Amino acid sequence: MSTSVAAAGDTVPVPLRNHLEVRALNAYYGARLAVRDITIGFPANNVTALIGPSGAGKSTLLRCLNRVHEMQDGARVEGEVLLDGENIYDPAAHRVVVRRRIGMVFQQPNAFPTMSVLDNVVAGLALSGRLAGGRKGHLEIAERALRDAALWDEVKDKLDRSGTAISGGQQQRLCIARALAVEPEVLLMDEPTSALDPIATVQIEELVTKLAQRYTIVIVTHNMQQAARISHYTAFMLGDEHRVGALVEIGKTDQIFSRPNDKRTEDYITGRFG
Amino acid sequence: MAQLISLTQTSAGITGASELAKIRVRKVRSAVAVAACGVCALLAAAALLAILGYVVFQGVHALTWSFITQIPRPVGIPGGGVANGIVGSVIIVGIATLLAVPVGLLTGIYLALFGRGFSAEMLRLLSDVLSGIPSIAIGLFAYTLLVAPFGHFSAFSAAVAFAMLMLPLLIRTSEEAVRTVPRVVQEGAYALGLSTYATTIRVILPAARSAIITALLLAIARVTGETAPLLFTAFGSQFWELNPANPMAELSLQIFTYAISPYEELHQQAWAGALLLILAVFVLSLGARLMLRKSFKR
Repeated sequence: MSTSVAAAGDTVPVPLRNHLEVRALNAYYGARLAVRDITIGFPANNVTALIGPSGAGKSTLLRCLNRVHEMQDGARVEGEVLLDGENIYDPAAHRVVVRRRIGMVFQQPNAFPTMSVLDNVVAGLALSGRLAGGRKGHLEIAERALRDAALWDEVKDKLDRSGTAISGGQQQRLCIARALAVEPEVLLMDEPTSALDPIATVQIEELVTKLAQRYTIVIVTHNMQQAARISHYTAFMLGDEHRVGALVEIGKTDQIFSRPNDKRTEDYITGRFG
Repeated sequence: MAQLISLTQTSAGITGASELAKIRVRKVRSAVAVAACGVCALLAAAALLAILGYVVFQGVHALTWSFITQIPRPVGIPGGGVANGIVGSVIIVGIATLLAVPVGLLTGIYLALFGRGFSAEMLRLLSDVLSGIPSIAIGLFAYTLLVAPFGHFSAFSAAVAFAMLMLPLLIRTSEEAVRTVPRVVQEGAYALGLSTYATTIRVILPAARSAIITALLLAIARVTGETAPLLFTAFGSQFWELNPANPMAELSLQIFTYAISPYEELHQQAWAGALLLILAVFVLSLGARLMLRKSFKR
Protein backbone atom coordinates (compact mmCIF):
# COMPACT_ATOMS: atom_id res chain seq x y z
CA MET A 1 0.00 0.00 0.00
CA SER A 2 2.82 2.38 0.79
CA THR A 3 4.08 2.28 -2.76
CA SER A 4 0.71 3.05 -4.29
CA VAL A 5 0.14 6.02 -2.02
CA ALA A 6 3.65 7.33 -2.54
CA ALA A 7 3.30 6.80 -6.29
CA ALA A 8 0.12 8.85 -6.33
CA GLY A 9 2.04 11.63 -4.65
CA ASP A 10 4.84 11.33 -7.19
CA THR A 11 3.01 11.03 -10.46
CA VAL A 12 0.19 13.50 -9.93
CA PRO A 13 1.88 16.87 -9.61
CA VAL A 14 0.04 18.28 -6.60
CA PRO A 15 0.09 22.05 -6.56
CA LEU A 16 1.64 22.37 -3.13
CA ARG A 17 -0.48 24.68 -1.09
CA ASN A 18 0.31 24.66 2.60
CA HIS A 19 -3.11 24.41 4.18
CA LEU A 20 -1.62 24.81 7.61
CA GLU A 21 1.64 26.59 8.25
CA VAL A 22 3.53 26.81 11.52
CA ARG A 23 6.00 29.65 12.04
CA ALA A 24 8.56 29.86 14.86
CA LEU A 25 6.33 28.07 17.32
CA ASN A 26 7.37 27.49 20.93
CA ALA A 27 5.09 25.61 23.30
CA TYR A 28 5.40 25.61 27.07
CA TYR A 29 4.00 23.63 29.98
CA GLY A 30 4.35 26.20 32.73
CA ALA A 31 8.00 27.27 32.70
CA ARG A 32 9.10 24.17 30.77
CA LEU A 33 9.70 24.56 27.06
CA ALA A 34 8.29 21.48 25.31
CA VAL A 35 8.88 22.24 21.62
CA ARG A 36 11.25 24.86 20.26
CA ASP A 37 11.13 27.04 17.19
CA ILE A 38 9.03 24.84 14.92
CA THR A 39 8.54 26.03 11.36
CA ILE A 40 6.72 23.56 9.16
CA GLY A 41 4.03 23.45 6.50
CA PHE A 42 1.30 20.88 6.01
CA PRO A 43 0.30 20.51 2.34
CA ALA A 44 -3.42 20.53 1.52
CA ASN A 45 -5.10 17.16 0.85
CA ASN A 46 -2.06 15.22 1.94
CA VAL A 47 -1.31 13.08 4.95
CA THR A 48 1.66 14.34 6.92
CA ALA A 49 3.04 12.01 9.58
CA LEU A 50 4.88 13.30 12.63
CA ILE A 51 7.32 10.64 13.79
CA GLY A 52 10.02 10.54 16.44
CA PRO A 53 10.82 9.02 19.81
CA SER A 54 8.87 9.73 23.00
CA GLY A 55 9.48 13.24 24.29
CA ALA A 56 10.09 14.66 20.83
CA GLY A 57 7.08 16.96 21.19
CA LYS A 58 4.97 15.40 18.42
CA SER A 59 1.71 15.42 20.36
CA THR A 60 2.44 18.85 21.82
CA LEU A 61 2.95 20.29 18.33
CA LEU A 62 -0.24 18.61 17.12
CA ARG A 63 -2.21 19.98 20.06
CA CYS A 64 -0.97 23.49 19.23
CA LEU A 65 -2.48 23.21 15.75
CA ASN A 66 -6.08 23.51 16.98
CA ARG A 67 -5.49 25.33 20.25
CA VAL A 68 -6.17 22.35 22.49
CA HIS A 69 -2.69 22.63 24.05
CA GLU A 70 -3.60 25.85 25.85
CA MET A 71 -6.48 24.15 27.72
CA GLN A 72 -4.01 22.59 30.13
CA ASP A 73 -2.94 24.42 33.28
CA GLY A 74 -0.12 26.84 32.60
CA ALA A 75 0.29 25.74 28.98
CA ARG A 76 1.01 28.47 26.44
CA VAL A 77 2.11 28.95 22.87
CA GLU A 78 4.35 31.48 21.10
CA GLY A 79 4.57 31.91 17.35
CA GLU A 80 2.05 31.59 14.57
CA VAL A 81 -0.09 28.87 13.06
CA LEU A 82 -1.58 29.97 9.75
CA LEU A 83 -4.73 28.31 8.46
CA ASP A 84 -5.02 29.41 4.82
CA GLY A 85 -2.86 32.36 5.75
CA GLU A 86 -4.87 33.38 8.81
CA ASN A 87 -3.14 33.15 12.19
CA ILE A 88 -5.25 31.01 14.52
CA TYR A 89 -3.48 32.64 17.48
CA ASP A 90 -4.45 36.13 16.38
CA PRO A 91 -6.19 37.91 19.26
CA ALA A 92 -9.19 38.36 16.99
CA ALA A 93 -9.38 34.62 16.22
CA HIS A 94 -11.71 32.60 18.40
CA ARG A 95 -10.52 29.18 19.48
CA VAL A 96 -14.02 27.68 19.26
CA VAL A 97 -14.22 28.72 15.59
CA VAL A 98 -10.65 27.52 14.97
CA ARG A 99 -11.49 24.07 16.34
CA ARG A 100 -14.53 23.77 14.11
CA ARG A 101 -12.22 24.16 11.10
CA ILE A 102 -9.47 21.93 12.53
CA GLY A 103 -10.86 18.69 13.96
CA MET A 104 -9.00 16.25 16.17
CA VAL A 105 -8.99 12.53 16.95
CA PHE A 106 -7.27 11.40 20.13
CA GLN A 107 -5.15 8.45 21.17
CA GLN A 108 -7.85 7.01 23.42
CA PRO A 109 -11.30 6.74 21.82
CA ASN A 110 -13.26 9.36 23.75
CA ALA A 111 -16.88 8.88 22.77
CA PHE A 112 -19.15 10.77 25.17
CA PRO A 113 -20.26 8.08 27.64
CA THR A 114 -23.76 9.37 28.36
CA MET A 115 -24.72 9.82 24.71
CA SER A 116 -25.99 7.38 22.10
CA VAL A 117 -24.00 6.62 18.95
CA LEU A 118 -26.28 9.00 17.05
CA ASP A 119 -25.96 11.80 19.59
CA ASN A 120 -22.19 11.38 19.64
CA VAL A 121 -21.93 11.89 15.89
CA VAL A 122 -24.02 15.06 15.85
CA ALA A 123 -22.72 16.39 19.20
CA GLY A 124 -20.44 19.02 17.64
CA LEU A 125 -23.34 20.56 15.75
CA ALA A 126 -26.22 19.87 18.13
CA LEU A 127 -24.51 21.12 21.31
CA SER A 128 -23.51 24.38 19.68
CA GLY A 129 -27.03 25.02 18.45
CA ARG A 130 -26.18 24.60 14.77
CA LEU A 131 -28.47 21.69 14.07
CA ALA A 132 -32.20 21.89 13.49
CA GLY A 133 -34.64 19.39 12.02
CA GLY A 134 -35.14 16.96 14.88
CA ARG A 135 -34.25 13.30 14.67
CA LYS A 136 -34.62 13.13 10.90
CA GLY A 137 -32.10 15.91 10.36
CA HIS A 138 -29.76 14.33 12.88
CA LEU A 139 -30.01 10.99 11.09
CA GLU A 140 -29.12 12.52 7.72
CA ILE A 141 -25.98 14.21 9.07
CA ALA A 142 -25.05 11.15 11.11
CA GLU A 143 -25.42 8.75 8.19
CA ARG A 144 -23.18 10.87 5.98
CA ALA A 145 -20.51 11.20 8.67
CA LEU A 146 -20.68 7.53 9.63
CA ARG A 147 -20.40 6.47 5.98
CA ASP A 148 -17.38 8.74 5.60
CA ALA A 149 -15.87 7.08 8.65
CA ALA A 150 -16.59 3.59 7.23
CA LEU A 151 -18.73 2.76 10.23
CA TRP A 152 -22.31 3.11 8.97
CA ASP A 153 -22.88 -0.54 8.10
CA GLU A 154 -21.65 -1.70 11.48
CA VAL A 155 -23.70 0.67 13.64
CA LYS A 156 -26.78 1.52 11.59
CA ASP A 157 -28.85 -0.78 13.83
CA LYS A 158 -27.15 0.40 17.02
CA LEU A 159 -27.64 4.15 16.70
CA ASP A 160 -29.47 4.38 20.01
CA ARG A 161 -26.95 2.33 21.96
CA SER A 162 -24.45 4.09 24.20
CA GLY A 163 -21.45 5.48 22.36
CA THR A 164 -19.21 3.42 24.62
CA ALA A 165 -21.12 0.14 24.09
CA ILE A 166 -19.42 -0.57 20.74
CA SER A 167 -15.92 -2.00 20.23
CA GLY A 168 -12.77 0.11 20.69
CA GLY A 169 -12.08 0.24 16.95
CA GLN A 170 -15.69 1.23 16.29
CA GLN A 171 -15.48 3.89 19.01
CA GLN A 172 -12.40 5.37 17.36
CA ARG A 173 -14.19 5.52 13.98
CA LEU A 174 -17.17 7.02 15.83
CA CYS A 175 -14.81 9.74 17.07
CA ILE A 176 -13.61 10.28 13.49
CA ALA A 177 -17.24 10.48 12.30
CA ARG A 178 -17.95 12.94 15.10
CA ALA A 179 -15.04 15.11 13.98
CA LEU A 180 -16.11 14.89 10.30
CA ALA A 181 -19.72 15.86 11.08
CA VAL A 182 -18.52 19.36 12.03
CA GLU A 183 -17.13 19.61 8.45
CA PRO A 184 -13.58 20.62 9.29
CA GLU A 185 -10.89 21.32 6.69
CA VAL A 186 -8.02 19.80 8.60
CA LEU A 187 -8.03 16.61 10.66
CA LEU A 188 -5.43 16.11 13.39
CA MET A 189 -4.88 12.55 14.64
CA ASP A 190 -2.85 11.82 17.77
CA GLU A 191 -1.72 8.19 17.57
CA PRO A 192 -5.26 7.14 16.65
CA THR A 193 -4.48 3.43 16.46
CA SER A 194 -2.15 2.92 19.42
CA ALA A 195 -5.01 1.68 21.63
CA LEU A 196 -6.45 -0.59 18.93
CA ASP A 197 -5.93 -4.16 17.73
CA PRO A 198 -4.30 -4.88 14.33
CA ILE A 199 -7.58 -5.34 12.45
CA ALA A 200 -9.03 -2.08 13.74
CA THR A 201 -5.69 -0.44 12.95
CA VAL A 202 -5.86 -1.49 9.31
CA GLN A 203 -9.43 -0.16 9.08
CA ILE A 204 -8.37 3.24 10.44
CA GLU A 205 -5.33 3.36 8.14
CA GLU A 206 -7.45 2.68 5.06
CA LEU A 207 -9.85 5.34 6.23
CA VAL A 208 -7.06 7.90 6.62
CA THR A 209 -5.87 7.24 3.08
CA LYS A 210 -9.40 7.71 1.77
CA LEU A 211 -10.07 10.86 3.81
CA ALA A 212 -6.90 12.53 2.49
CA GLN A 213 -8.74 13.17 -0.79
CA ARG A 214 -10.96 15.67 1.01
CA TYR A 215 -9.08 16.71 4.10
CA THR A 216 -5.62 17.82 5.09
CA ILE A 217 -4.45 15.29 7.66
CA VAL A 218 -1.68 15.51 10.23
CA ILE A 219 -1.09 12.28 12.11
CA VAL A 220 1.22 11.56 15.02
CA THR A 221 2.44 8.00 15.14
CA HIS A 222 4.99 5.97 17.04
CA ASN A 223 4.81 3.37 14.36
CA MET A 224 7.23 4.04 11.49
CA GLN A 225 5.66 1.38 9.28
CA GLN A 226 2.35 3.13 9.73
CA ALA A 227 3.89 6.45 8.70
CA ALA A 228 5.39 4.77 5.62
CA ARG A 229 2.08 3.13 4.74
CA ILE A 230 -0.30 6.03 4.99
CA SER A 231 1.53 9.35 4.74
CA HIS A 232 2.62 11.45 1.77
CA TYR A 233 4.96 13.56 3.84
CA THR A 234 6.88 12.68 6.96
CA ALA A 235 8.34 15.02 9.54
CA PHE A 236 10.93 13.71 11.98
CA MET A 237 11.09 15.31 15.42
CA LEU A 238 13.59 14.77 18.17
CA GLY A 239 13.97 15.90 21.78
CA ASP A 240 17.27 17.24 23.08
CA GLU A 241 18.85 16.39 26.43
CA HIS A 242 16.40 18.75 28.19
CA ARG A 243 13.46 17.01 26.48
CA VAL A 244 12.79 20.04 24.34
CA GLY A 245 11.40 18.80 21.04
CA ALA A 246 12.44 20.22 17.68
CA LEU A 247 11.88 19.47 14.02
CA VAL A 248 14.80 17.68 12.36
CA GLU A 249 13.47 17.51 8.82
CA ILE A 250 10.39 17.07 6.69
CA GLY A 251 10.17 15.57 3.25
CA LYS A 252 8.24 13.23 1.03
CA THR A 253 7.69 10.02 2.90
CA ASP A 254 9.58 7.79 0.44
CA GLN A 255 12.52 10.19 0.50
CA ILE A 256 12.61 10.37 4.32
CA PHE A 257 12.53 6.60 4.54
CA SER A 258 15.06 5.95 1.77
CA ARG A 259 17.47 8.91 1.65
CA PRO A 260 16.98 11.20 4.67
CA ASN A 261 19.04 14.37 4.69
CA ASP A 262 19.90 14.23 8.37
CA LYS A 263 22.04 11.55 10.00
CA ARG A 264 19.76 11.51 13.07
CA THR A 265 16.74 10.70 10.91
CA GLU A 266 18.63 7.84 9.31
CA ASP A 267 19.71 6.52 12.71
CA TYR A 268 16.13 6.62 13.99
CA ILE A 269 14.61 5.00 10.92
CA THR A 270 17.19 2.23 10.83
CA GLY A 271 16.65 1.57 14.52
CA ARG A 272 20.15 2.62 15.57
CA PHE A 273 18.75 5.17 17.90
CA GLY A 274 19.22 5.64 21.65
CA MET B 1 11.81 -8.72 43.13
CA ALA B 2 14.24 -9.80 45.82
CA GLN B 3 11.85 -12.56 46.74
CA LEU B 4 11.56 -13.66 43.15
CA ILE B 5 15.32 -13.88 42.79
CA SER B 6 15.75 -15.76 46.05
CA LEU B 7 13.01 -18.20 45.04
CA THR B 8 14.62 -18.97 41.71
CA GLN B 9 17.93 -19.35 43.39
CA THR B 10 16.39 -21.71 45.94
CA SER B 11 14.74 -23.82 43.30
CA ALA B 12 18.00 -23.89 41.39
CA GLY B 13 19.64 -25.15 44.55
CA ILE B 14 22.22 -22.37 44.70
CA THR B 15 21.36 -21.22 48.21
CA GLY B 16 20.61 -23.57 51.06
CA ALA B 17 18.53 -23.79 54.20
CA SER B 18 19.06 -20.19 55.37
CA GLU B 19 17.06 -18.78 52.42
CA LEU B 20 14.25 -21.24 53.08
CA ALA B 21 14.15 -20.20 56.75
CA LYS B 22 13.88 -16.53 55.72
CA ILE B 23 10.92 -17.34 53.49
CA ARG B 24 9.27 -19.23 56.35
CA VAL B 25 9.64 -16.19 58.65
CA ARG B 26 8.13 -13.97 55.97
CA LYS B 27 5.16 -16.29 55.62
CA VAL B 28 4.52 -16.26 59.40
CA ARG B 29 4.76 -12.44 59.47
CA SER B 30 2.31 -12.23 56.59
CA ALA B 31 -0.15 -14.56 58.34
CA VAL B 32 0.02 -12.51 61.56
CA ALA B 33 -0.55 -9.25 59.69
CA VAL B 34 -3.55 -10.65 57.80
CA ALA B 35 -5.02 -12.04 61.03
CA ALA B 36 -4.61 -8.68 62.78
CA CYS B 37 -6.41 -6.90 59.95
CA GLY B 38 -9.20 -9.46 60.08
CA VAL B 39 -9.68 -9.11 63.84
CA CYS B 40 -9.83 -5.31 63.62
CA ALA B 41 -12.34 -5.48 60.77
CA LEU B 42 -14.47 -7.85 62.87
CA LEU B 43 -14.27 -5.48 65.86
CA ALA B 44 -15.43 -2.55 63.75
CA ALA B 45 -18.29 -4.58 62.26
CA ALA B 46 -19.21 -5.93 65.70
CA ALA B 47 -19.50 -2.44 67.21
CA LEU B 48 -21.74 -1.36 64.36
CA LEU B 49 -23.88 -4.47 64.55
CA ALA B 50 -24.17 -4.17 68.36
CA ILE B 51 -25.48 -0.59 68.10
CA LEU B 52 -27.82 -1.52 65.28
CA GLY B 53 -29.06 -4.62 67.08
CA TYR B 54 -29.65 -2.80 70.33
CA VAL B 55 -31.59 0.00 68.63
CA VAL B 56 -33.73 -2.52 66.77
CA PHE B 57 -34.31 -4.51 69.97
CA GLN B 58 -35.33 -1.43 71.95
CA GLY B 59 -37.24 0.40 69.26
CA VAL B 60 -38.98 -2.12 67.10
CA HIS B 61 -42.05 -2.72 69.27
CA ALA B 62 -42.76 1.02 69.60
CA LEU B 63 -42.34 1.52 65.88
CA THR B 64 -46.03 1.26 64.98
CA TRP B 65 -48.21 2.77 62.32
CA SER B 66 -49.66 5.29 64.75
CA PHE B 67 -46.12 6.24 65.80
CA ILE B 68 -45.41 7.29 62.23
CA THR B 69 -48.79 8.90 61.50
CA GLN B 70 -49.78 10.72 64.72
CA ILE B 71 -48.41 13.78 66.42
CA PRO B 72 -47.26 13.75 70.08
CA ARG B 73 -49.89 13.60 72.84
CA PRO B 74 -49.58 15.40 76.16
CA VAL B 75 -47.52 13.51 78.73
CA GLY B 76 -49.63 10.92 80.53
CA ILE B 77 -51.92 10.20 77.62
CA PRO B 78 -50.69 7.01 75.96
CA GLY B 79 -50.02 6.73 72.20
CA GLY B 80 -49.10 9.49 69.86
CA GLY B 81 -46.22 9.62 67.46
CA VAL B 82 -43.65 11.69 65.68
CA ALA B 83 -45.41 12.43 62.39
CA ASN B 84 -44.81 16.16 62.83
CA GLY B 85 -41.12 15.47 63.45
CA ILE B 86 -40.81 13.37 60.30
CA VAL B 87 -42.47 16.07 58.24
CA GLY B 88 -40.34 18.70 59.98
CA SER B 89 -37.17 16.78 59.15
CA VAL B 90 -38.17 16.57 55.51
CA ILE B 91 -38.98 20.31 55.37
CA ILE B 92 -35.80 21.43 57.15
CA VAL B 93 -33.49 19.09 55.23
CA GLY B 94 -35.33 19.97 52.02
CA ILE B 95 -34.83 23.72 52.48
CA ALA B 96 -31.20 23.12 53.49
CA THR B 97 -30.67 21.08 50.32
CA LEU B 98 -32.22 23.81 48.17
CA LEU B 99 -29.92 26.36 49.79
CA ALA B 100 -26.70 24.33 49.76
CA VAL B 101 -26.85 22.45 46.46
CA PRO B 102 -26.52 25.33 43.98
CA VAL B 103 -23.64 26.91 45.89
CA GLY B 104 -21.90 23.63 46.71
CA LEU B 105 -22.29 22.10 43.26
CA LEU B 106 -21.18 25.18 41.35
CA THR B 107 -18.21 25.64 43.69
CA GLY B 108 -17.24 22.01 43.16
CA ILE B 109 -17.48 22.41 39.38
CA TYR B 110 -15.40 25.57 39.60
CA LEU B 111 -12.70 23.82 41.63
CA ALA B 112 -12.63 20.77 39.37
CA LEU B 113 -12.57 22.54 36.01
CA PHE B 114 -11.54 26.16 36.35
CA GLY B 115 -10.14 26.86 39.82
CA ARG B 116 -6.41 27.49 39.63
CA GLY B 117 -3.69 28.68 41.93
CA PHE B 118 -4.11 30.71 45.07
CA SER B 119 -7.84 31.41 44.98
CA ALA B 120 -8.72 27.73 44.42
CA GLU B 121 -6.39 26.59 47.20
CA MET B 122 -7.89 29.16 49.59
CA LEU B 123 -11.37 27.97 48.70
CA ARG B 124 -10.42 24.35 49.42
CA LEU B 125 -8.81 25.37 52.71
CA LEU B 126 -11.87 27.37 53.80
CA SER B 127 -14.14 24.50 52.86
CA ASP B 128 -12.03 22.11 54.93
CA VAL B 129 -12.10 24.51 57.89
CA LEU B 130 -15.87 24.83 57.57
CA SER B 131 -16.24 21.05 57.60
CA GLY B 132 -14.21 20.96 60.84
CA ILE B 133 -16.38 23.44 62.75
CA PRO B 134 -18.52 21.65 65.36
CA SER B 135 -22.16 21.56 64.34
CA ILE B 136 -23.22 23.19 67.60
CA ALA B 137 -21.07 26.21 66.76
CA ILE B 138 -22.76 26.44 63.40
CA GLY B 139 -26.10 26.25 65.23
CA LEU B 140 -25.04 29.17 67.41
CA PHE B 141 -24.07 31.11 64.31
CA ALA B 142 -27.51 30.51 62.79
CA TYR B 143 -29.07 31.54 66.12
CA THR B 144 -27.17 34.82 66.15
CA LEU B 145 -27.94 35.46 62.50
CA LEU B 146 -31.59 34.39 62.19
CA VAL B 147 -33.13 33.71 65.61
CA ALA B 148 -31.97 36.49 67.92
CA PRO B 149 -32.75 39.38 65.51
CA PHE B 150 -36.31 38.10 64.91
CA GLY B 151 -37.03 37.20 68.48
CA HIS B 152 -38.27 33.65 67.83
CA PHE B 153 -37.03 30.21 66.78
CA SER B 154 -37.66 29.04 63.23
CA ALA B 155 -37.27 26.03 60.98
CA PHE B 156 -35.63 28.27 58.42
CA SER B 157 -32.77 29.12 60.77
CA ALA B 158 -32.25 25.35 61.27
CA ALA B 159 -32.21 24.87 57.50
CA VAL B 160 -29.53 27.55 57.16
CA ALA B 161 -27.41 25.78 59.82
CA PHE B 162 -27.87 22.46 58.00
CA ALA B 163 -26.99 24.07 54.67
CA MET B 164 -23.71 25.27 56.16
CA LEU B 165 -22.99 21.74 57.35
CA MET B 166 -23.73 20.34 53.90
CA LEU B 167 -21.76 22.92 52.00
CA PRO B 168 -18.17 21.71 52.55
CA LEU B 169 -19.20 18.13 51.96
CA LEU B 170 -20.98 19.05 48.72
CA ILE B 171 -18.05 21.14 47.52
CA ARG B 172 -15.47 18.40 47.96
CA THR B 173 -17.60 15.49 46.79
CA SER B 174 -18.92 17.29 43.71
CA GLU B 175 -15.36 18.37 42.86
CA GLU B 176 -14.35 14.71 43.04
CA ALA B 177 -17.43 13.70 41.03
CA VAL B 178 -16.57 16.07 38.20
CA ARG B 179 -12.96 14.87 38.27
CA THR B 180 -14.12 11.30 37.60
CA VAL B 181 -14.90 12.39 34.04
CA PRO B 182 -11.78 11.60 31.99
CA ARG B 183 -9.86 14.59 30.68
CA VAL B 184 -9.91 13.16 27.15
CA VAL B 185 -13.70 13.47 27.18
CA GLN B 186 -13.42 17.16 28.02
CA GLU B 187 -10.73 17.69 25.37
CA GLY B 188 -12.83 15.76 22.86
CA ALA B 189 -15.67 18.23 23.40
CA TYR B 190 -13.36 21.23 23.04
CA ALA B 191 -11.85 19.74 19.88
CA LEU B 192 -15.34 19.61 18.32
CA GLY B 193 -15.54 23.36 18.66
CA LEU B 194 -17.90 23.30 21.62
CA SER B 195 -17.89 26.27 23.95
CA THR B 196 -16.80 25.92 27.56
CA TYR B 197 -20.44 26.25 28.57
CA ALA B 198 -21.68 23.47 26.27
CA THR B 199 -18.74 21.26 27.24
CA THR B 200 -19.45 21.69 30.94
CA ILE B 201 -23.25 21.54 30.92
CA ARG B 202 -23.91 19.10 28.08
CA VAL B 203 -20.91 16.76 28.22
CA ILE B 204 -19.11 16.79 31.57
CA LEU B 205 -22.03 17.17 33.97
CA PRO B 206 -24.11 14.38 32.37
CA ALA B 207 -21.08 12.10 32.52
CA ALA B 208 -20.63 12.93 36.22
CA ARG B 209 -24.36 12.74 36.98
CA SER B 210 -24.40 9.55 39.05
CA ALA B 211 -21.40 10.60 41.13
CA ILE B 212 -22.99 14.01 41.74
CA ILE B 213 -26.28 12.47 42.88
CA THR B 214 -24.26 10.21 45.18
CA ALA B 215 -22.54 13.26 46.64
CA LEU B 216 -25.92 14.88 47.18
CA LEU B 217 -27.43 11.82 48.91
CA LEU B 218 -24.41 11.48 51.21
CA ALA B 219 -24.65 15.16 52.18
CA ILE B 220 -28.36 14.73 52.96
CA ALA B 221 -27.65 11.60 55.00
CA ARG B 222 -24.96 13.51 56.87
CA VAL B 223 -27.31 16.25 58.14
CA THR B 224 -30.35 14.03 58.67
CA GLY B 225 -28.83 12.72 61.89
CA GLU B 226 -27.72 16.13 63.18
CA THR B 227 -29.31 17.33 66.41
CA ALA B 228 -27.09 19.92 68.06
CA PRO B 229 -27.76 22.87 65.74
CA LEU B 230 -31.51 22.32 66.09
CA LEU B 231 -31.59 22.96 69.84
CA PHE B 232 -31.60 26.72 69.43
CA THR B 233 -32.84 27.06 65.86
CA ALA B 234 -35.81 24.79 65.05
CA PHE B 235 -36.38 24.33 68.79
CA GLY B 236 -39.10 21.72 68.35
CA SER B 237 -42.88 21.74 68.53
CA GLN B 238 -45.69 19.59 69.86
CA PHE B 239 -47.98 20.50 66.98
CA TRP B 240 -48.33 20.28 63.23
CA GLU B 241 -46.23 23.10 61.93
CA LEU B 242 -45.59 23.58 58.25
CA ASN B 243 -44.48 27.22 58.20
CA PRO B 244 -40.67 27.44 58.15
CA ALA B 245 -40.84 30.84 59.85
CA ASN B 246 -42.05 29.15 63.04
CA PRO B 247 -40.47 26.69 65.46
CA MET B 248 -40.83 23.19 64.07
CA ALA B 249 -40.59 19.61 65.30
CA GLU B 250 -37.72 17.51 63.93
CA LEU B 251 -37.17 13.80 64.37
CA SER B 252 -33.68 13.76 65.85
CA LEU B 253 -34.63 16.64 68.13
CA GLN B 254 -37.65 14.67 69.34
CA ILE B 255 -35.41 11.70 70.06
CA PHE B 256 -33.20 13.94 72.17
CA THR B 257 -36.06 15.50 74.13
CA TYR B 258 -37.78 12.15 74.71
CA ALA B 259 -34.56 10.45 75.76
CA ILE B 260 -33.82 12.98 78.51
CA SER B 261 -37.44 13.03 79.74
CA PRO B 262 -38.35 11.02 82.88
CA TYR B 263 -41.13 8.99 81.20
CA GLU B 264 -40.65 5.38 80.17
CA GLU B 265 -43.14 5.61 77.30
CA LEU B 266 -41.23 8.52 75.80
CA HIS B 267 -38.00 6.52 76.14
CA GLN B 268 -39.62 3.81 74.05
CA GLN B 269 -40.61 6.37 71.45
CA ALA B 270 -37.07 7.78 71.43
CA TRP B 271 -35.72 4.31 70.57
CA ALA B 272 -38.33 3.89 67.84
CA GLY B 273 -37.44 7.32 66.48
CA ALA B 274 -33.74 6.41 66.48
CA LEU B 275 -34.54 3.25 64.56
CA LEU B 276 -36.55 5.26 62.03
CA LEU B 277 -33.68 7.71 61.60
CA ILE B 278 -31.13 4.93 61.10
CA LEU B 279 -33.40 3.32 58.52
CA ALA B 280 -33.70 6.62 56.65
CA VAL B 281 -29.94 7.19 56.62
CA PHE B 282 -29.42 3.56 55.62
CA VAL B 283 -31.76 3.94 52.66
CA LEU B 284 -29.99 7.16 51.59
CA SER B 285 -26.54 5.55 51.86
CA LEU B 286 -27.71 2.47 50.01
CA GLY B 287 -29.11 4.67 47.26
CA ALA B 288 -25.79 6.51 47.08
CA ARG B 289 -23.94 3.19 46.80
CA LEU B 290 -26.18 1.97 44.00
CA MET B 291 -25.79 5.22 42.07
CA LEU B 292 -22.02 5.03 42.43
CA ARG B 293 -21.89 1.45 41.26
CA LYS B 294 -23.93 2.45 38.22
CA SER B 295 -21.57 5.29 37.42
CA PHE B 296 -18.49 3.06 37.49
CA LYS B 297 -20.00 0.29 35.39
CA ARG B 298 -19.21 1.94 32.08
